[in-house]
Amino acid sequence: MYSSEIILQTVISGLLMGCIYALVAVGLCLIWGLMEIVNFAHGEMLMLGMFTSFWMFALYHIDPIISLPLCMVLLFLVGVATYFLVIKKILKAPFLAQILATFGLGIFLRYLAQFFWTPDFRMIKNPLLSGRIGFGGIFVGIPELTASVITIASFALLYWFINKTEIGSALLATSEDREAASLMGINSDKMFALGWGIGVGCLGIAGALISNFYYIFPEVGFPFALIAYVAVALGGFGSIPGSFVAGIIIGLVEFLGGLFIAPAFKYTFVFIIYLLVVFIRPQGLWGRY
Amino acid sequence: MKKIFGFGLILIVLLFFILPGSLPAADVKIGVIYPMSGPVAQAGIDDKHAIELALDIINTGKYKHLNLPLAKSAGGLPNLGGAKVIVTTADHQGKPDLGLSEAERLITQEKVAALLGCYHSSVTETASMVAERMKVPFFNPESSSPKLTRRGFKWFFRSSPHDETFSEGMFQCVQDLEKKRGAKFKTIAVMYEDTLYGKDSSRIEKELAAKAGYKVVADIPYRRSATSLTSEVQKLKAANPDIFFPTSYASDAILLCKTSKDLDYNPQVIMAQNAGHTDPSFVEAMGKDIDGICSRTEFSLDLAKYKPMLTEINELFKKRSGRDFSGTSARCFVGFFVLCDAINRAGSTAPEAIRGALVKTNIPADQLITPWRGVKFDETGQNILVDAIVIQYQGAKPYTVWPFNLASKEMIFPIPKWSERK
Repeated sequence: MYSSEIILQTVISGLLMGCIYALVAVGLCLIWGLMEIVNFAHGEMLMLGMFTSFWMFALYHIDPIISLPLCMVLLFLVGVATYFLVIKKILKAPFLAQILATFGLGIFLRYLAQFFWTPDFRMIKNPLLSGRIGFGGIFVGIPELTASVITIASFALLYWFINKTEIGSALLATSEDREAASLMGINSDKMFALGWGIGVGCLGIAGALISNFYYIFPEVGFPFALIAYVAVALGGFGSIPGSFVAGIIIGLVEFLGGLFIAPAFKYTFVFIIYLLVVFIRPQGLWGRY
Repeated sequence: MKKIFGFGLILIVLLFFILPGSLPAADVKIGVIYPMSGPVAQAGIDDKHAIELALDIINTGKYKHLNLPLAKSAGGLPNLGGAKVIVTTADHQGKPDLGLSEAERLITQEKVAALLGCYHSSVTETASMVAERMKVPFFNPESSSPKLTRRGFKWFFRSSPHDETFSEGMFQCVQDLEKKRGAKFKTIAVMYEDTLYGKDSSRIEKELAAKAGYKVVADIPYRRSATSLTSEVQKLKAANPDIFFPTSYASDAILLCKTSKDLDYNPQVIMAQNAGHTDPSFVEAMGKDIDGICSRTEFSLDLAKYKPMLTEINELFKKRSGRDFSGTSARCFVGFFVLCDAINRAGSTAPEAIRGALVKTNIPADQLITPWRGVKFDETGQNILVDAIVIQYQGAKPYTVWPFNLASKEMIFPIPKWSERK
């Protein structure tokens, strides 16, 4: 039905997009794994990351790839601030209150962005990373390719940090058993703040990378966040490798399903997979619980 | 004695109610209903500026050199003894129910001679129902839903083309390309965002394609907020149609253009349905990558090449509003003149006389700033001399390329491949 060229192109595009989904999802996954709170302002924080690189580019002519570290640090601080100003106060609150707090924060950030930056669509014009490379009729966008390379590197770094460093072990210990970790002299407050910082900081990286090839406006985060929730549930709540694999699976299913069946239903396939996993293995593919 | 006194008092009060309506008014009052607040307030504000400019031209007689209806008279409406035209503006906020109650208020309390509005098709629909019931002419300069003039109304008139005319224009443009430029088209693809706007316009496109003998080889609905359009564009690439018809809002138009470039998708002709593909943020975001894309539209400032007075009128408009004429404000400007011209020819503010004059309207093309062949209404109240125009982006600027006799640049066809562009 389709030439092998088109199928191969779709698989590659799906893999690249999957990496982006994974990077958006990992922060959500980390925060959940650490303290069992779902950050419903995740999409809006991604939007903040994208706008940061947009404004760095528009105001100071700093390319998104160069402002990426700054974007990450800024979002890290946003994450830490969110923990101290909002999350800390609702740690012992009922589940519904926790949902509403982050959900409300999301709405607040979205309309704040709309108020200050208008709902116009923006695009970073001719960033350093632009264009595409082609071989034999297959095209790979350079921004997408770079994004996936950086994503894989970030995952590797994160994995190393969590599993091989002392602070990482402290984070793991806190997520295993808060009380026991405190008894061992680990300050859970600091660990939570760190978790939020890293989780949201990942969005800074993702935002800077996505802003190279995607339009930017105040509601841009929602569709990405929606996919991130699915990726976290699919990969297993709290599992970092799980969310990576889940992101890739979603990218492939979306693109191939769209090509072979009907583009109108491409997200339907994504959610069908999610439902299957929830029915058969509620803890997700690599879930701990 | 008391009884007679009371009776006299009631009589006087009654007289006050009857007199103002029956006495000939010096001014001609027109009720204008537009969205002056709410999400599309800008459209209403632009229209108000257009109407105020028209009033200035009609009432002062300062612009005798302009070839507009009524501009040549000494000021005011000559057949009504130089009566001035005044407007009463009402705000409907984009809400059909508010449009309805404001129409009622303007007719019963403000005693307007005619109503004009309302931008949104949905509000025009309800407001014109009131006018129809109360037998007052309702003039619509810009709503585009085809059904408005298909309700069998006697008092409803529309000077603008509706959505079907716009789509027909796109296919006529394509067929003219075949005739005049030796192109041969066999297949088309439609891709559209999956809400009412996209579904409706693609339905009409598919009907017109069947009529013109083109085969639809891809029919792709998509979600406006999609994070990627890769599989959609891959489907297009595989189907490889001669002409590609996208219907998009701004964000998805940006993503579609971007994805087409990344995946090296090169159709011969892209014929878009206005909206996203003519949105300033689309042009701003994509820059020169939009070159070659055609879109139907209702108005373009480069028409000034064939209508020299457009430049001067646009300057006057810009001085008031700080903005250039858009398709909406230009059509409102023209519509207001058509209505005032009819009231003048009626020589009276009696509704039946105005309606009679509107039916007989016949304004030639050179008195309009819109790209139409004139203004003449059929029995449904629809202007039958309307045309859409097609613009093409060249160097990231829109130029009229069809109808060929109004074109300011020749249409680039086929669109250069991505690999051949700089």
